[in-house]
Amino acid sequence: MSRHTLSVLVENKPGVLTRVAGLFARRSFNIHSLAVGPTEHPEISRITVVVDVEGGPLEQVTKQLNKLIHVLKIVELEQSSSVQRELLLVKVRADLAQRSHVLEVVELFRARVVDVVPDAVTIEATGSPDKLTALLAALDPFGVREIVQSGTVAIGRGSRSITDRALERVSRSA
Amino acid sequence: MVQGQHPAPPRTSAGTSPTAPERARPSAAPAQVQAQAQAGRLSAVARPETVVAPQDVTGAESIVRSLEEAGVDVVFGIPGGAILPTYDPLMHSERLRHILVRHEQGAGHAASGYAHATGRVGVCMATSGPGATNLVTPIADANMDSIPMVAITGQVGAAMIGTDAFQEADIVGITLPITKHNFLVTDPDDIPRTIAEAFHIASTGRPGPVLVDIAKSAMQSRTTFSWPQDLHLPGYHPVTKPHAKQIREAARLLATARRPVLYIGGGTIRSGASAEMVRLLNLSGAPAVTTLMARGAIPDSHPQNLGMPGMHGTVAAVAALQKADLIVALGARFDDRVTGKLASFAPNAAVIHADVDPAEIGKNRAVDVPIVGDLREVIADLLPELEREHAQHGKPDLEGWWRQVDDWRETFPLGYDEPDDGHLAPQHVIQRIGEISGPDSIYVSGVGQHQMWAAQFIKYERPNTWLNSGGLGTMGYSVPAAMGAKVGQPDRTVWAIDGDGCFQMTNQELATCTINEIPIKVAVINNSSLGMVRQWQTLFYESRYSNTDLHTGHGTVRVPDFVKLADAYGCVGLRCETKADVDATIKRAMEIDDRPVVVDFTVSRDAMVWPMVAAGVSNDEIQYARGISPAWDREE
Repeated sequence: MSRHTLSVLVENKPGVLTRVAGLFARRSFNIHSLAVGPTEHPEISRITVVVDVEGGPLEQVTKQLNKLIHVLKIVELEQSSSVQRELLLVKVRADLAQRSHVLEVVELFRARVVDVVPDAVTIEATGSPDKLTALLAALDPFGVREIVQSGTVAIGRGSRSITDRALERVSRSA
Repeated sequence: MVQGQHPAPPRTSAGTSPTAPERARPSAAPAQVQAQAQAGRLSAVARPETVVAPQDVTGAESIVRSLEEAGVDVVFGIPGGAILPTYDPLMHSERLRHILVRHEQGAGHAASGYAHATGRVGVCMATSGPGATNLVTPIADANMDSIPMVAITGQVGAAMIGTDAFQEADIVGITLPITKHNFLVTDPDDIPRTIAEAFHIASTGRPGPVLVDIAKSAMQSRTTFSWPQDLHLPGYHPVTKPHAKQIREAARLLATARRPVLYIGGGTIRSGASAEMVRLLNLSGAPAVTTLMARGAIPDSHPQNLGMPGMHGTVAAVAALQKADLIVALGARFDDRVTGKLASFAPNAAVIHADVDPAEIGKNRAVDVPIVGDLREVIADLLPELEREHAQHGKPDLEGWWRQVDDWRETFPLGYDEPDDGHLAPQHVIQRIGEISGPDSIYVSGVGQHQMWAAQFIKYERPNTWLNSGGLGTMGYSVPAAMGAKVGQPDRTVWAIDGDGCFQMTNQELATCTINEIPIKVAVINNSSLGMVRQWQTLFYESRYSNTDLHTGHGTVRVPDFVKLADAYGCVGLRCETKADVDATIKRAMEIDDRPVVVDFTVSRDAMVWPMVAAGVSNDEIQYARGISPAWDREE
């Protein structure tokens, strides 16, 4: 198994996420993470999906996705030529005695404290999945009380935009 | 006879020519529609469209007007609460013939049979909730067999959606995995464009079913109707023109292969590529196999046609694929019933795979030359390239290959033994129906043993004359699909070749056939059993016949009695129990053309379908008859 990040540009229509997610489920493709959001064009949404598959099945994933009428474009973003980020919010046990040690870890990882109470702090961090895993490992000894994490979002490096041509299509057929 | 609300068009006695019914038609040149339909082409969107200036109508009227302008002439359906507003303007439509079926499943399969027999988009209509869910099976069936179909369903009013209202079902959610696409319409202004898009999607690229779910509130509101509509489908661009480089590579491989096989699938029929396929067959000189969905795509009388491959295929077809050095898959999808155990399928073959659906290419079998495109265009481009190869390097010498293939054909022809119990051989009955009714008739089967025998023992010469449920394997397909086929091709004889199990699942549509003057002929191949299941129990479960006895045959209580049942439905019921009566009974059925005929052929329950490759084993282990396998080493 290897991990692949796909950027899927879709028409911003009701039910489109269900269509995409349902396809993965019924074709037995494993979704590792999923993130959906708007783009610079109101008619286009962008789904970033991270899948665990071999090369052959990956081709099937993209071909089957392409058959969905609302899917405009699919691009695989390679680790080396893209920036990939997740957002993590984590609540860590930290009384007065421990708090400075926790803040040290926060500093090391260039994370931020977004909430403090006498016995806990809540930390916000963004980064690659590897960085966030390392951060969690560092916080673990203090007692992690709650974690919430987003799916990966990713964008290609350089000046090229993958939405340009999809945009043309949408406006041409509108 | 009782007349339905929409009586059948007058039938001409002009033999088998598929003339259009003489009724009000869209003014836009139906000649072209007809010519294309005849060639198996999908024509709903290719037809020149009339222009309708914007007019103020209700949503319900907009639905009816949209269907009319989309080129629809027949709708199969049943009204109910949420679709009721649409049935009011439908009553006065001059151009739409609505056929009231007895179960929505019948409407769906009828639309499918209509589409398969004509190449045009089939249309069915149902109300919300149970009406819509009853369409699920035929929609899934059409999806598996790439049938162009549009299903219109009523939905509860927009304000009620999501409240668990009476007869509410999320049919868009339910049919998401079994449609090519589906729509929920709540704004009446979206009706014409959505219906136009539905027909476009259903009929282009790889055809398939499209469902349009329309809220009752949208039907009841005022809106504007105009035609034609601008489609807004930025993510839908089926590729029909193949890549020149791949075509050249395919021609090169085909011209140099020593043991090539053309693996012809149902895409040939959907694409209307039969004539082109025969040209490719003649030019290449290669043996061809025709899958269950492709029976009739090329004539069975063509000397290069080895017949059906797969689980119940001919030994020659199965062996040719296994021993091939090149397989040219044309509109086929390497289904598990064809390949057997995939890992041992055609181990030495390079593969050229042409299909209009890119996702089929490489899905099951790795491909050496992928070609995405419509088969007609693919073959049209391939022919001159292959000619060029032949001119440069000479025609390949296939004589040794043909010697081997012919040896398989002669040693292991299709055949059957007369049953020991003295009852009729089902194969004989089916073969005689095919011979007496001839290749211009349409044959529509259910699913099971009779389906395999109908695929094996009827000789098909034309596309769109063999209809069956191949992918989904839907028992009960036959009667309603035959009804739809007869509506689409009223001048052809349409035989439903059904089993006693299948027949009992959908025979209520005999009422629809009688009332609407749709004189289909039903041959119930009655072995008093769920025959295919029984065959597996014989072979793999030590003849322990768990729940496969149906008590309908010879020497049983005969519940139901199919002859009486036919009579109750206003059909002619006939029974045939001996070999001597077979021909006379078939001829008697052929003579009746003013009402449906049901023939109860009581046959031996011990007849089995051979050859057979057991599920999950290699095609090398094909059995010609029980315990008899070809000795491959001898030929090699």
